[in-house]
Amino acid sequence: MSIRLRLDKPWRPLMAEEIARLPGQLGVYQVADAKGAILYIGQAGARAPFGLRSELQRELAERGPDYQFRVEVNQQYRTRWFELLMVHKADHGSLPPDNAKNPPPNLGRLSPS
Amino acid sequence: MDFEPSAEQQMLIDQVRRFVREEIIPLEAKLDPDASELDPADHARLVEKTKGMGLFGIDIPKEYGGPDIDIVTRVLLAIEMAQHRAGLYVPCYGTFGGAGLAQIFEANEDQKERYLYPTLRGEKKAFFGLTEPSGGSDPARAIQTKAERKDNGWVLNGAKIFISNADRAQYGIVFARTDSSKGRAGITCFIIDSDTPGFHVRRVVHTLRSSHYATELEFKDCWVSDHQVLGEVNKGFAVANDRLTRQRIPYAAGCIGVAIAAHEMAIEWAKMRTTFGEKLSHRQAVQWMLVDNEIDIRTARHFTLEAAEKARRGLPFKIEASIAKLTASEGGGRVVDRSMQIHGGMGMTKDLPLERWYREMRIRRVGEGPSEVQRMVIAREILGSNLR
Repeated sequence: MSIRLRLDKPWRPLMAEEIARLPGQLGVYQVADAKGAILYIGQAGARAPFGLRSELQRELAERGPDYQFRVEVNQQYRTRWFELLMVHKADHGSLPPDNAKNPPPNLGRLSPS
Repeated sequence: MDFEPSAEQQMLIDQVRRFVREEIIPLEAKLDPDASELDPADHARLVEKTKGMGLFGIDIPKEYGGPDIDIVTRVLLAIEMAQHRAGLYVPCYGTFGGAGLAQIFEANEDQKERYLYPTLRGEKKAFFGLTEPSGGSDPARAIQTKAERKDNGWVLNGAKIFISNADRAQYGIVFARTDSSKGRAGITCFIIDSDTPGFHVRRVVHTLRSSHYATELEFKDCWVSDHQVLGEVNKGFAVANDRLTRQRIPYAAGCIGVAIAAHEMAIEWAKMRTTFGEKLSHRQAVQWMLVDNEIDIRTARHFTLEAAEKARRGLPFKIEASIAKLTASEGGGRVVDRSMQIHGGMGMTKDLPLERWYREMRIRRVGEGPSEVQRMVIAREILGSNLR
């Protein structure tokens, strides 16, 4: 049984056409700069009208172009989001910069092997 | 036994019911449907409220500063505290405080200074490390994590799974095999600080419960001193077993609370919803589902209060605790399922709390000893302890 901790799908450009193809489902996503440095790890919960699509549309509206994203459809979006944040912190020593501005309370720590 | 609440109990029940309806549910409406945490400022404000109500740290024994409320009353209040979306696993989002792990009250004075008192002050959190990949229902045989003697201490090697809060806790209680030739008489309980070299929280274990997750732990040459042994060497099984029995009563109470909330929603919906020109409540098929809900709730409530009453009197309550856990988790699951059926399509959505309760309630038939183990416990009691 292989357990994938990290989100390692290919990056896609943060553009309206790409986002329009996204499913309206629950899940998690990452936004990176043009070089692939992760800036933000987000979740599309049940309050997002069209799930991942809505969240990435909001990201595009706030950030503008020149960024990249990748998504994972996941019904366990809350636990997966916490996991991705903790794994990122374990790998890089800190949260992604945009998560660090408003970190979730009581974030735990992982030491993934 | 008469389980009608006394006037004093009813007053406390009403207080907690108001708190849930006026403080928790309005905040919850703004949270993600799967959230398990309040905003820290809201949490702090509500903790002050529960302290003002005299109900903070409700499970803490009186001699340690708790409010001295007996277990029957605590069950009645736990039923109320669970009646909101996150209530099954995070009743009132922890604003009534907690006692920490029951075993730590049995620690020696040095350990109490280092772990119990900081926990009661809210400075430390703990996890309970029993279940392993090899199994959780039969700890006497399933525990493979080993602790071997070395340099006036012990070296632990092994793994644990389905451990809640280990990534956020400052310490945990961990069970390891210290004598492989002795079965249940070869298990020792250790207190492990989370920053001990060799202790690792490897991953989140994703389950039906999409928040308040569990984790997987690894112990890799994790050395602890003799001062970290809780109780006596090779007598850890009794510590684990006692906890498992005691925990079944509040576990059942949470299931009953959620079942009541689901049932009340179903009744309200049945009275309001019209299909094919008639209210759902006028249809016998729906009436019978509601009747079955009522019976499941009353049965579970009776057996859970019976177990609590025996515990309160200091009588043996192992069989009663198993019956309570069994009837509440299985009956509660049926109640939520029927309530979803009555709600139709809306019952499947995240707009209502039913789908979260459905997922989380399913875990309750496995957690804290699956239904089959409860039946084994009951069978052993009624047929004799030599039954295999």
